[in-house]
Amino acid sequence: MAAPNLLTAGLEDHDLRKLSEYREVGGYAALEKAQEMTPQAVLDEITGATLRGRGGAGFPMGRKASLLAKDTGKPIYLVVNADESEPGAFKDRDVMGLTPHRLLEGCLISAHGIESKDVFIYIRGEYEREYDVLSAALEEARAEQLLGEVAITIHRGAGAYICGEETALLESLEGARGQPRPRPPFPPVNGLYGAPTQINNVSTIALVPKILELGAEEFAKIGVPSAPGTAVFSLSGSIARPGNYERPLGTTLRELIYDVGGGVADGRELKAIIPGGSSVPILTPDQIDTPMDYDSIGAAGSFFGSAAIIVIDERVCMVQLALRAAQFYMHESCGKCTPCREGTRWLVQLLTKIEAGEGEARDLDLLASVCDRMLGKSLCALGDFAVYPVSSYLRKYRSDFEAHLGGECPFDDSPVAGIFAPVDQHTGHAHQAPVPA
Amino acid sequence: MSTSFYAKVQKLRKRYPQSRSAVLPALRLAQEEHGGWLPPEALREVADALDETPAYCLSIASFYDMLNLEPVGRHMVEVCTNLSCALAGAQAVLDEFADALDVRPGETSDDGFATLRAIECAGGCGRAPVVIVDGAYREPVRPADVPEIVEELRGRS
Repeated sequence: MAAPNLLTAGLEDHDLRKLSEYREVGGYAALEKAQEMTPQAVLDEITGATLRGRGGAGFPMGRKASLLAKDTGKPIYLVVNADESEPGAFKDRDVMGLTPHRLLEGCLISAHGIESKDVFIYIRGEYEREYDVLSAALEEARAEQLLGEVAITIHRGAGAYICGEETALLESLEGARGQPRPRPPFPPVNGLYGAPTQINNVSTIALVPKILELGAEEFAKIGVPSAPGTAVFSLSGSIARPGNYERPLGTTLRELIYDVGGGVADGRELKAIIPGGSSVPILTPDQIDTPMDYDSIGAAGSFFGSAAIIVIDERVCMVQLALRAAQFYMHESCGKCTPCREGTRWLVQLLTKIEAGEGEARDLDLLASVCDRMLGKSLCALGDFAVYPVSSYLRKYRSDFEAHLGGECPFDDSPVAGIFAPVDQHTGHAHQAPVPA
Repeated sequence: MSTSFYAKVQKLRKRYPQSRSAVLPALRLAQEEHGGWLPPEALREVADALDETPAYCLSIASFYDMLNLEPVGRHMVEVCTNLSCALAGAQAVLDEFADALDVRPGETSDDGFATLRAIECAGGCGRAPVVIVDGAYREPVRPADVPEIVEELRGRS
């Protein structure tokens, strides 16, 4: 039996942007149910469902809520991370743009569970249409008095990947530069405006109504025991049918790429798989039978991340791909921590040199060494995210790198060749960054 | 400063427990009202409306990619060149826009008609290559679509 859709349920024959149609598929019934329960009973359902964060880290939502500081005399805030910016990820955009009420209902149930009256949804600045859809849905819900005493405020970002990092998001929401905070204290103790704060991803919160509707026990039957439920998998890159597809956790990469996505585009050979967005270590074709859930992907040496699968075909030069990824992290580093700020630039410089055919064997060792010195050395994970692609491409596709030593890039048909990145806009031309001596 | 801008910012301010949270929305609003960028007087207006200093507002504006501290063209064309879009042929799209608009990425055409930019992942990877034209997503955009988009913009301005 095919597993039920949870986040996308009802979309096949309803326009779920409208409150009336959302009600036709049972919308806001879970909220009514939750309101008759005690907050603790609501949290028990979420905890019992082992709802793990769909944003990247996979931390169980219920456990996060249990860490909220009690009786501080301050308000408790619920913050929804809708700053989706991970390269390869576009699931939250569709959740907000197609089923905005499911997110809002999830906010209201979650707010009841943690006894919060103030919800902030931090949506990335570029998502204009989704902001409009979500705002209209919020107005509709408000007009029908579904919000009760809860205030939901939609706050728009202005273009900064780092604001998807939870403490940077809080800084940005407080009107500061989006730079991560040292931890501890963690947000459940000292978050927004110094108050206890629960932060969850859009796709996590939007699953909450279904947990209440089905009950934790039924929900836990979907997916795998360590990570029940479904995820919206974003398929992109060299794939025949790119797009967002909701499937249970534990669906294998083979099923996702071949059965769901139609295989590698134009019948090409598979060269590599990025399973969770550009920040995670790359997987090789022999790992195609790995189930997509947090623990299985972890055991395979990567991360579930944001369930954003980027398919890489045989034509692609891994040095170019590493360089483009490194340019992204250099551009997005907030500049607070030295290893990340300087290290991302060194990665770009070394990879530029290697791609230009000016690298020597020792540059590959130097590249690995820079990665080692960056890993785990910064306040947030961005510095690590810059390392994972570069170090894993270098380790698993070393022959691609070696083929560049003392000569031109041998990948004549690579679609990533000469790609111009935003960091190049400062120098005027692609790949003109100064090369370290 | 127009009273309406001041009034709008006060409305934004009321949404938050602390007024500093309104700096980012106020900067976005100021940019809209100043032709797509933030000249020094726009930073002063935001600062005055929120009891901040212009320097503080500049420190925020300089952090975010969508806030512009230099004049931009009447139209903004942004081409995502991150991994999925690169794999789908974004460079050819960027080159085509550069030709059609006679401008290099990162720059504004001499006649002030358009600014062309390469941007980082816009969240449309499954409909790549993604182009954002004056804030609206176009996806996917192929090189052959570029002349029509540029024509449309010329008709608008």
